Parts: sequence; structure tokens; C-alpha cells
Amino acid sequence: MSMNRRDVLKVSGGAAVYSALASMGFFAANPAMAAWKKEWFEAKSIADTLKAMGVASPAESAELAITSPDIAENGAVVPVGVASKLPKTEMIAVMVEKNPNMMAGIYEFTPAADPDVSMRVKMGQSSDVFAVVKADGKFYMTKKEIKVTLGGCGG
Amino acid sequence: MTSPMRIRARMAGDVADVRVLMAHEMETGTRKGSDGKIVPAWFIQEVVGSHNGKPVMTAQWGPAISKNPYLQFKIKGAKAGDKVTVTWKDNKGESRTDEAAIA
Repeated sequence: MSMNRRDVLKVSGGAAVYSALASMGFFAANPAMAAWKKEWFEAKSIADTLKAMGVASPAESAELAITSPDIAENGAVVPVGVASKLPKTEMIAVMVEKNPNMMAGIYEFTPAADPDVSMRVKMGQSSDVFAVVKADGKFYMTKKEIKVTLGGCGG
Repeated sequence: MTSPMRIRARMAGDVADVRVLMAHEMETGTRKGSDGKIVPAWFIQEVVGSHNGKPVMTAQWGPAISKNPYLQFKIKGAKAGDKVTVTWKDNKGESRTDEAAIA
């Protein structure tokens, strides 16, 4: 990783290089946070993310609901809520497809919590938002398109 | 230096509805500052919500969560007067814990 960063530094310039450098830089800066699911957050596509999570093909489920406005005016603060009615929901992962790193948040629940969370996320552009849910050992998913009129990155 | 969280916990039926507002930059690490240099990433990585001292919900966040994050979660089998504790930890190792009573 550190060799890699050197190489990237030498090349320098260009937006792609900058973002690559930044993502490597900030992930490498936190070796202490072992519990943080680094691979999940590093993945850049839905296929990579699911692979990192160890999910083959989650079934679409009508028991999951994403609550959000259809059109968000400010991409820096897009309210997103995910609720699962599936019994024994253990985990909800929220992803924004067109963000540089898809994963936004992972929520894990004990049986004492209702699997219903709300948050605010940044979105660079209009995109599908995915929720992948683990319930009773199985994975399910749902998605919703959110249109953004003003991007949330670089602001 | 960290600022206190604002925690509101309220009973809605037999479920406690907890709303938390944290004060944090949530810097992505991809943005350039006015000097043209990358602003280093600085964001909350982990949030733990506890009910009477027992963790019920653990969140892991990436930098895609908005600045000054808002989080809402629900606790089953809670009652008014119970204690709700929220702890966050960021990628610089800083952390903060605040608590509130369910109303």
C-alpha cells in the first residue's frame, strides 16, 4: 500500500489520481480501526460491494422500504430512511450507486432494536440508492432512485 | 474538541424513537481546500446506540454520511425514563459519548 502511494505521488496531477490517492491515503491512515469494514467501504461498484460483503445475489423484497424524497434539492444532505419488516433482521447496509465509494453506512441490530433507521447522506449526482438487508442469515435488497438537483461533493 | 450531541428519545407506542444530531465535519478526503491541497478525510466511523447500558444498534459509517450527521433508530421494549447512550468514534480516534432519558 505505501509503495503504491509513492508511485501515485510521483505521477501527480489529474482528478482521477487525486481521488485515488485520497482514498488510499485515508484508508491507510487508520490501521487502528480494525473493526471498521474497510473492504465494504472501499468497493466502487455494486458487484464489488456485494462481493466484499460475501453476498451472492440478494433477493428483492417488498418487506423493505427506503424512505426518501424522489428529488433532493441539496446533494450534501439527502435524508434516507430504511426500514425492514423481515423477521430477525440483523443488518442494514445503505449504498449510493454513483458515489465514489458506494457504501454509506452499515447498521447492525440486536433483537432489542427495531430495524428502522434514518440518516442523511451525501450524493454527488442522481443515483439509485440500494439497501441490502441481512435477515435470518439471508440477504435481501431493495432500491430507490433519488434525483439530485445540486451535487453534494466538492461543496 | 468535540461538541455535545443532541439526543431526543421519545416513546412511540412500545418502541422508543431515538433521534441524534452529532456535530462533526465528515470530511470525505476527496475535496480540495482553498490552497489546492486535499483536505484529509475526517469522519465518524462507528456509532453505538445503547439502552440502559446495553448496545442495541451499531452503525459503521463511511464519509458519504452528511456533515453534522443525523441518525434515527428505534429501541424495542423500552419505557419512559430509561437511559439511552450514544457513542461515536471517528477515523482520528476521537470519540464522544452522550446520554439522554427516554421521555
